[in-house]
Amino acid sequence: MEERRITVTVNGEPRTVEIEPRLLLAHLLRQGLGLTGTHIGCDTTNCGACTVLYDGRPVKSCTMLAVQADGHEVTTVEGLGTPSELDPVQEGFTTEHGLQCGFCTPGMMMAAKALITENPNPTEEDVRWGLSGNLCRCTGYQNIVKAVLWAAEKQRAASAAASTDVTV
Amino acid sequence: MYPSRFRYEAPRSLGEAFALLAEHGDEAKVLAGGQSLIPLVKLRFAAPAMLVDINGIPELAYHREDADGSLRIGALCRHADLERSPLLPGNHPTMAAAAPLVADPIVRTRGTLVGSLCHADPQGDWASVMLALNGEIIAQGPNGRRTIPAVDFVVGPFQNALHPGEIAVEARVPAARGTVSGSYLKLERRVGDFATAGVAVAIESVGGQVIRAGIGLTGVGAGNIKAVEAEQSLVGYTLDPDVIARAAELAAGAARPKTDHRGSAEYKRHVVATFVRRALSGYRAPVAA
Repeated sequence: MEERRITVTVNGEPRTVEIEPRLLLAHLLRQGLGLTGTHIGCDTTNCGACTVLYDGRPVKSCTMLAVQADGHEVTTVEGLGTPSELDPVQEGFTTEHGLQCGFCTPGMMMAAKALITENPNPTEEDVRWGLSGNLCRCTGYQNIVKAVLWAAEKQRAASAAASTDVTV
Repeated sequence: MYPSRFRYEAPRSLGEAFALLAEHGDEAKVLAGGQSLIPLVKLRFAAPAMLVDINGIPELAYHREDADGSLRIGALCRHADLERSPLLPGNHPTMAAAAPLVADPIVRTRGTLVGSLCHADPQGDWASVMLALNGEIIAQGPNGRRTIPAVDFVVGPFQNALHPGEIAVEARVPAARGTVSGSYLKLERRVGDFATAGVAVAIESVGGQVIRAGIGLTGVGAGNIKAVEAEQSLVGYTLDPDVIARAAELAAGAARPKTDHRGSAEYKRHVVATFVRRALSGYRAPVAA
């Protein structure tokens, strides 16, 4: 079957691969590129564990073809922060114990990142609404919501500090 | 879970897309948001030989209000675009209420209104909204465009009225007259589930008197239902409690629900009546901003 060459910018780095058109984006990330932080939970577009950012917006990577990412930017949980410099969302999930088994966590964090980027000052209701496409089967939503609110506050503080720096 | 093999093309213009569809006929499927089609091909409920991905045709990514107040929604307008649109809340309350209730927030990033109509899932939300608003679908093919009323667009479960070689390029909501009100109310067990029952209501009134009423029902029949008798019962009246109660009863009577894991037929009928009453009484579902 015809393979095609695509170039996807994954976590800031252009990656050129040859794939079949039927390959799902989630499988390209996991098997093709070894980025196993993106989890596949349900495979039926329900659970959101495979959420990544596609040109900055959250998508379920099990419900997109990899070929559709040709020429686009994808951010996975591996691109969120580094062990020495965690993203506020990652810090929030750590600080507020926003996970139990951790399976849904990468998708939760990517959805949360998109949410607080669009709405830096969300209410608890906004967070619950914004994460309603991501399922946690440990019933851990309470701490996930707290983690995202923590992250939003941290991000606001960081951007306030950054703008102060600029004016000084 | 891999889909079976297919050819894939991503045309950069409608002309290229029509040429591909003409070449491949019934074997080709149009891929827009993909939030229904990709699950179908993954589960191998569908196995098209060719996918024509229209995401690279930027001229389809729009929604706008014409000077006369009618609303045009291009084939690549995502649910999320409508959810965030400043155009909807004032003049298009039924659309504004429905947009945040379709699927879940992540699916709404990709999924499109026009694609959802084409998919013609009997449980889809937008078809009820379009039935209530007397919407239309613009089908375009190599030989030009034609307008298909929403009420004629769905011809059966997962079957639409498009001819081979045509693309649904736009959905259109005609301009309302007078004062507009309405809503979309949906009962779902959890976000992303299909509706246990959903009701779209669109009212146009002058001086408090209803001049046009639209009522569409989701999840309570073999397809979306336009509750015509309930609609007609409102025209010429003011929305007082007796008039509302009669319309609610007629809409519940138009529903053809089945007892299933989402509830009994009787329960679903009751929900339809309750939602019609609430929508006509100006109740708005609580929705996060």
